[in-house]
Amino acid sequence: MATSKALQQPFSLRLTSASFLTLWCVIAAFPIVWIAVMSFKSPVDAFSANPLNVVFGPTTRADGNGLSILDIVTGLIVLIAAGRLAFSRLPKWVERLTPKGLAVIGWLVGAAAYAVAFLVVFFGILPIVLGALNPIAGPLGVPVLGLTTEHYYAVWIENGFWRNFQNSLIVTAGVVTISLTVGTLAGYGLARSGSSLAFWILIVALIFRALPHSVLVAGYLPVFINSAEILRPILGENAPTLYGQPLAVIAVLVAINQPFTIWMLRSFFQNIPNELDEAARVDGCTHFQAFRWVIMPVMWPGVITTGLFSFLLAYNDLLVTSLLLDAQNQTMVPAIAGYFNRETTTTDQVEAIAAAVSITAPLFLLVMIFQRQIVSGLTAGAVKG
Amino acid sequence: MKFRTLAWFVGPSVVMMLLFIAFPLASVFLQSFQITQPVVETVEVETCTPGFLGQTCVTETKTTPVLDDNGNPLTTTEWVGLLSYARVLQLEQVGSAIASGAWNSILAIDFWKALRFTLTFTLVTLPLVIGLGLAIALAVNNAARSIRGQIIFVSLLPFIITPVIGALSIRWLFYGDGIITALMEDMFATDISVAANGWAIELLMMFYRVWHVAPFAFVIFYAGLQTVNQDTLESAIIDGASRFERLRYVVVPHLMPLIIFVALIHLMDAYRAFEEVVGFSSQAHRITLQWLTYDLLTPDDAGNRAISRASASAMLTMIGIVVLLIPLLRRTWRDHKGSAH
Repeated sequence: MATSKALQQPFSLRLTSASFLTLWCVIAAFPIVWIAVMSFKSPVDAFSANPLNVVFGPTTRADGNGLSILDIVTGLIVLIAAGRLAFSRLPKWVERLTPKGLAVIGWLVGAAAYAVAFLVVFFGILPIVLGALNPIAGPLGVPVLGLTTEHYYAVWIENGFWRNFQNSLIVTAGVVTISLTVGTLAGYGLARSGSSLAFWILIVALIFRALPHSVLVAGYLPVFINSAEILRPILGENAPTLYGQPLAVIAVLVAINQPFTIWMLRSFFQNIPNELDEAARVDGCTHFQAFRWVIMPVMWPGVITTGLFSFLLAYNDLLVTSLLLDAQNQTMVPAIAGYFNRETTTTDQVEAIAAAVSITAPLFLLVMIFQRQIVSGLTAGAVKG
Repeated sequence: MKFRTLAWFVGPSVVMMLLFIAFPLASVFLQSFQITQPVVETVEVETCTPGFLGQTCVTETKTTPVLDDNGNPLTTTEWVGLLSYARVLQLEQVGSAIASGAWNSILAIDFWKALRFTLTFTLVTLPLVIGLGLAIALAVNNAARSIRGQIIFVSLLPFIITPVIGALSIRWLFYGDGIITALMEDMFATDISVAANGWAIELLMMFYRVWHVAPFAFVIFYAGLQTVNQDTLESAIIDGASRFERLRYVVVPHLMPLIIFVALIHLMDAYRAFEEVVGFSSQAHRITLQWLTYDLLTPDDAGNRAISRASASAMLTMIGIVVLLIPLLRRTWRDHKGSAH
């Protein structure tokens, strides 16, 4: 569409807005990029006051951890090839190998397998091949950029961060699944009911959305800690103590997430024309059958968006998980807060940074893949208020 | 839809909210009037140590917890009325501070310190978030279509990143010899120690919050900008409105519902700020209301949690957010009544 002449902007305005955007992008990305760079350097370089030392890592290189030009070029080629493959071939493979109706599971399995294959090639095979090539490559094989993955190794393997990762996975998967199952039904019911009861449920949910989470946790803690005694009359001798159980944390996070979920899904279901399910009802379906056969096939975009936000809530939560799980059993975010308090040496600090970057990496991928859904989801929620 | 069907659809969600939000809320309300303490008894213990010639015996009175048949300490729960609230608010100290004119000493009490900071934090960041979000949205709307995708991607990163990690990533730029501090020290040729200065930390925390939430405001406003009526804009130009006047009288009124939406969400979220305190380790200088409750709930060195004081402080926090939200809720209520009839 050609812009009419009256709406065209003078050069000065365009320049101002472009430089403002550039500045914003730098501010938005810089802290994250910088900690990613720091996490690959030896402590002396990572905390150097000179930015060039942080980027090129002379001490790291002197310690024998460096990349040659050959390494960098090969690494970039492999990265780009992997990116291409993910967008061109992977969808076809997934489509061919998954049975009908299991598309979501097929994608999850496909993406996981692809990620594992990539990790094996990039961190397993590539270093060996390049290690053999570098000595014979002459000046191209001389290290120029200090880079070490030892902090990641220390964090994930030596300090057992994979256990926290596993806990995070359990909690997040549980929260997303239960939130969506319960929330979809409620969102649909609220969208199709014009009664004032539905309105009041939504208003109460809005107030619940505003509650500080610590208010709720103050209510759970005594009950959870004493739950064995409270439940004993009902469940007998092996009544569980809910404190420290992943299931209890999942239930709490689902509840905290519920107000948001039902608001979001309600506004999404309101955008699905009422005529669709009315037609099904005329054909003799009950509300549930109409929901199952008419609404479910078209609801996935909204459910995926809401799922993304539930994922973020569960994955990013610090307060609930750190209070309701004990120290041996934590998810990633409270674990890093712990890292952080015990840090004494600079090596500990760089390990904390590596752990932080590890937590951020999946989020980065998530935005890359689902950017469109996140934007449209936020927008849909906002327009309906 | 009949009530029964609605109940089947909404039931599970409502039950979850009742069980895990409404019930804890009620129990926090009750707990804030109670104190649970272990039952203790005073016993006289005589300890004897061998000495020259004879034993040296000392008789002491000791307080020990009473145990039940299973060996667990017995506890009693007492109604104490507003005692926990009084302990959190420390009104006598406030009174004496006012009487003696030493206003600053009020801010040495945890609750008032937290309240002061939380309110400043919420209200100062609010206009900044809306302003920056709107500015980015307008700028992206001006930008060439081909680069919008990348800009949105970069802009979303601060919003999506785990809050503690986001705070940490900014902290590492400033604390100690972080590169930005080093840069400023070079520029001004002085020694800067961000971590030791309350106001510097406060500014950093606000900067972080604006950095974190502005992308959210941006996305919402950006979507709103796509629906601005082009005809209205063009007629405004024909009427001779300048660029700023068009923004002031056409675009902003069109975005008003969205601005209110963003303000509502921001108020709710900034008021329960918590991750900033953890990320910037600011507890020595600045604390928030939610952090105060968290701190009371964390076991102390003896393993005790100050549940009743935490409940009182949680209730006070909640009252605060309700007061902040009343104007916005009233507006929603009016809109609903307006649309229903």
